[in-house]
Amino acid sequence: MATEVDRQSDTRARDLGLSDQDLLDMYRTMVMARLCDEAQFRLNRQGKAPFVVPVSGHEGCQIGTAWPFQKGKDVFVPYYRDMGICLVAGMTPLDVFLAVFGKRDDPSSGGRQMPAHWSSRQLGIVTGSSPIATQIPHAAGIAYAIKYRGEDAVVGSWFGDGATSEGDWHEGLNFAGIHRLPVVWYCENNRYAISVPLSKQMAVKDVAMRAEGYGFEGVVVEGNDVLGCYEASKNAIDKAREGGGPTLIELKTYRFHPHTSDDDDRSYRSREEVEEAKRNDSLIVFANYLRQQGLLDDDAIESTRVEIKAEVDAEVEVAWKAEDPSPESALDHVFADVTPSRADGSSGGDTNVKADAIGTTGGEATPADSPEEAPGEEGSDR
Amino acid sequence: MTEKNVVQTVHDTLWDEMQADDRVLILGEDVGARGGVFRATAGFLEEFGEMRVLDTPLAESSIVGCAIGMAMHGLLPVAEIQFADFIHPAFDQLVSEAARIRYRTAGDWECPIVVRAPYGGGVHGALYHSQSIEVFYGHVPGLKVVVPSTPYDVKGMLRAAIRDPDPVLFLEHKKTYRLIKGDVPDEPYEVPIGPADVKREGDDLTCIAYGLMLHHCLEAAQRLQEEAGASVEVVDVRTIAPLDKETILGSVGKTGKAMVVSEDNRTYGAAAEISATISEELMFDLDAPVVRIGGPDIPAMPFAGPLEHYYMPDVDRIHERMRQLAEF
Ligand SMILES: Cc1ncc(C[n+]2csc(CCOP(=O)(O)OP(=O)(O)O)c2C)c(N)n1
Ligand SMILES: [Mg+2]
Repeated sequence: MATEVDRQSDTRARDLGLSDQDLLDMYRTMVMARLCDEAQFRLNRQGKAPFVVPVSGHEGCQIGTAWPFQKGKDVFVPYYRDMGICLVAGMTPLDVFLAVFGKRDDPSSGGRQMPAHWSSRQLGIVTGSSPIATQIPHAAGIAYAIKYRGEDAVVGSWFGDGATSEGDWHEGLNFAGIHRLPVVWYCENNRYAISVPLSKQMAVKDVAMRAEGYGFEGVVVEGNDVLGCYEASKNAIDKAREGGGPTLIELKTYRFHPHTSDDDDRSYRSREEVEEAKRNDSLIVFANYLRQQGLLDDDAIESTRVEIKAEVDAEVEVAWKAEDPSPESALDHVFADVTPSRADGSSGGDTNVKADAIGTTGGEATPADSPEEAPGEEGSDR
Repeated sequence: MTEKNVVQTVHDTLWDEMQADDRVLILGEDVGARGGVFRATAGFLEEFGEMRVLDTPLAESSIVGCAIGMAMHGLLPVAEIQFADFIHPAFDQLVSEAARIRYRTAGDWECPIVVRAPYGGGVHGALYHSQSIEVFYGHVPGLKVVVPSTPYDVKGMLRAAIRDPDPVLFLEHKKTYRLIKGDVPDEPYEVPIGPADVKREGDDLTCIAYGLMLHHCLEAAQRLQEEAGASVEVVDVRTIAPLDKETILGSVGKTGKAMVVSEDNRTYGAAAEISATISEELMFDLDAPVVRIGGPDIPAMPFAGPLEHYYMPDVDRIHERMRQLAEF
């Protein structure tokens, strides 16, 4: 345990306005993301989860950058890798696993989208799709609406390094720069877009350099340094809130698992490279920091893990047993109203959601109980 | 009541809606100082200011994409795509995003955008200023695609589109902009999105059309009436998606003969969907095969007068087929 003298020497957290409790909460959220990830991969290997998207390796930069946002006011525009962002925004492991199992009460989509296509209007998490970078102009448009309405909110928009090659990425950042919008752009640069390395994605060293082309500041941050991420994010959010316009923050990070449960990363990166990155795991780095600060010791680290794992496991069970969507509910929510051709019920509108559709289980698709019974889906990179 | 042409009606309706509701704003290329290349937003910048009348960068995907974001945060954006021919970069934003936001969140989020786009040929616009794009989007559940063709409908449907909680692609045939005039009530009203409209009543055959072709069909029907005493019912589709099958089938059920006219190239066009619907539902009520008129299957409309004319169905061609069908 660190002494009081050691603590005095590092005033970083306090200078950032983070209390001891904040630091412990941040750590817990990181551990929760990691353990949800472990659980979803286990379920995938057991044949219970057809497809999962890992977060491991990105926890530090996600929790660090999302933490300074004001819940209930600010707007989160995450991408599929961002379980950590969504946990900070207020999602629970139950929410995560309702989506993993495609359940009716999955808050993101009611079992319509693949897992990791986060959404919750109540939590200020904006719905995303699969096409890469289409959410970038949305983030800019939301920021424009915030400015237009004279609100005091800020938009956070996260994406990968590969996303920065898309036209929508350029168009969204350009629009935000022109109007000096209250949005912070976060590139979780994990050096790969599935298998494609940075050198084939861009000819510049840092994504952050591109900010200059849009007339705002670009910042590079070590993604495993949670407090560094927090600090850069907080500064950018404060600036945006005060009318100072956007910032592009590049977070140098790494993903520990394959791109998704369908990917095999051995074909494009060495085991040594992965092991090297894991030695720099933000969970280890941050735990060491908290040790030095006298906020955690080995026992506390272990008990935190055990406690959160029990919580995650319990919520996995609840999610597993939750209601499936009824098959015919596939027709609901095409439009808000029922239009003439739809009056035959060919597709329901929001004002027409059949009451009996709620609470019924349709398809009786009995999920596999063991890996042997798992549907033998041939993996394709998704 | 005031007599107006189509583009003046678009202008005045947008103006009224902007004045009535400050959530409404306009974005697009040259919509500000220039007032739009067709002058649909002339004077808007001066009246409503830069925040509400945005000259966007030349980037169609983000014109729609940013509008989607604005709509998800409480605004009612009306985006203008300068020519429908240039909407394709925004295909993903319309199809993968706007159309699915309600569906993919099981009704949690919604996306009340309007995207206006001048479309259609007959103006020497050649391959890239003449296209009909309605069926690309009409194929996508979750998008409403409307093509009003008279000043009265333009006013009522534009107001309805802006107030609609779902995304609406609002197509304006650019040749009708100054060609077609009509009486427009001065007070606000809505023409609902969805229902088709019988623009001319008749008993002998039904002609189904929209856009510029609607006006050609009305003229051909009048000529046939005068020449041969044939009574042609003309149905204005008005809403491409979701399609009002009831009105179409009701009319064809009554007359027993149908022709569908669209200026798009024929294959997989709107006329194909409408003809298939009629064939499926009314096979035993038909007195003749359904007639489908459209442009030839060439990539797009060419420039030179004779080439353009060859492409576009005109009153003579429609009249001739109408006569044949009446006599069948
Ligand atoms: C428009 C589009 N093209 C291709 C894909 C398939 N795809 C899914 S994720 C991905 C890589 C994205 O990499 P990056 O942006 O770096 O994010 P990361 O997965 O590394 O976090 C690709 C190519 C897609 N979803 N959308
Ligand atoms: Mg990447």
